[in-house]
Amino acid sequence: MKTLLIIAVASALVNNVVLSQFLGLCPFLGVSKKVKTAAGMGAAVVFVITLASAVAAVIYQFVLAPNGLAYLETIVFILVIAALVQFVEMFLKKYMKSLYQSLGVYLPLITTNCAVLGVALTNVQKSYDILTSVVNGFATAAGFTISIVILAGIREKTEHNDVPESFRGMPITMITAGLMAIAFCGFSGLL
Amino acid sequence: MSKALERIYNGLIKENPTFVLTLGMCPTLAVTTSAINGAGMGLSTMVVLVLSNVFISMLRRVIPDKVRIPAFIVIIASFVTIVQLLLQGYVPSLYESLGIYIPLIVVNCIILGRAEAYAYSNPVIPSLFDGLGMGLGFTVALTLIGACRELLGAGQLFGFQILGADNVFYQNASLRPLAMFLGEYTNISIFIMAPGAFFVLAFIIAAMNRIRRSAAKKGKQIAPASDCTGCMGKNCAECAGGSKEGASDQKQEERISKDSGSAADEETASKDGGSAADEETASKDSGSDAKPEEAAKNGEGESAT
Repeated sequence: MKTLLIIAVASALVNNVVLSQFLGLCPFLGVSKKVKTAAGMGAAVVFVITLASAVAAVIYQFVLAPNGLAYLETIVFILVIAALVQFVEMFLKKYMKSLYQSLGVYLPLITTNCAVLGVALTNVQKSYDILTSVVNGFATAAGFTISIVILAGIREKTEHNDVPESFRGMPITMITAGLMAIAFCGFSGLL
Repeated sequence: MSKALERIYNGLIKENPTFVLTLGMCPTLAVTTSAINGAGMGLSTMVVLVLSNVFISMLRRVIPDKVRIPAFIVIIASFVTIVQLLLQGYVPSLYESLGIYIPLIVVNCIILGRAEAYAYSNPVIPSLFDGLGMGLGFTVALTLIGACRELLGAGQLFGFQILGADNVFYQNASLRPLAMFLGEYTNISIFIMAPGAFFVLAFIIAAMNRIRRSAAKKGKQIAPASDCTGCMGKNCAECAGGSKEGASDQKQEERISKDSGSAADEETASKDGGSAADEETASKDSGSDAKPEEAAKNGEGESAT
């Protein structure tokens, strides 16, 4: 239990997936104009990453590792994730209309989000068992949500600021993210 | 041959994947803690890019249109696995330092983007050079960013101590004044940490924006600013093909002309030939880009101290 908690805090805050590992940077910079959409994106990412890390861990433990096919992990994981996202989208569309309406638009964007594949591969690299993988996946995604919501909040506040013309758009967002990254460095004292 | 050179020039400068198209940002930020790491990542990506471009181009009449994206991903993932195993076997130190970012080449937008925008609708040889050019552009960009960060953050360049108290110039007695001067430098270690990556890239993109603006004032066109935010699912392909207008038209042309022999190749070739003239003017500007960019970087160094 204690190790699980430490892993969760480490992946959510200390080694934040966006701000210190640079995974999932594209949605982080792209879908962070408004807090509401950022929160929606975050929820979709939590959903998909938790599910994907569970499925990937199961496949690795019961299919790839016993048959000596561990070197196929990259190919298998990316295909599983792509299929999983499609499947989740279809499932939500059919059975959970309200959830689909809030998460649906973000789901296709997640397929090639490197955070999903990144978490699945990290779990294998650190040889986590299935439960630990799920916890790690959930915590990583929670870290993503925390940082994207904070960034969206800052961007809403600074939207009408007088930024030098060359820095408008992407550059100032990156500087904001850099300052956030400095702040998140402070969490490394937690563990 | 001129066509091949044109593709390489295109990838290296005119449509540089990092500075102009801003694609594949995740590895760009993550592994550029030193010039060597940047170069290693760039070269690995280039190998995958060239091989996948060649294969996809060879299979372009075999892969059905509807399942082309999954097919591309499988091809790319296979080559990534090969590169990963080769690195693990022969360059274990680089493999260690790049870590998880090697398998993540699979989700690098540049590769899927070039497959969709170029290799899928062009013959093998141009696709090969397209991959080579884009790969070189990516490598140069990553090495440059890596060098900046390494120099500012650790006072080193490719592992040699250039700045700081015990720099290499002390070894040569005649260079002592220079060594003393450079020895005054204190490392700004934030630049090799995560936040530094954001700052360096922000300043580079700002410099690009400025260049683009001044070029637009003179009535010239550099490749359009990509509003696309990189690896967003299916937009990926559109982004990478952003400045290559009418990629889908070409594909349609090809499909139509499949009946009438291999006219498509000639057609696309002549199309590129025609637009080469306009590209020439645009690329003159991007040739002179390097200096303002450097200036911006220096400015950034000062502001950080």
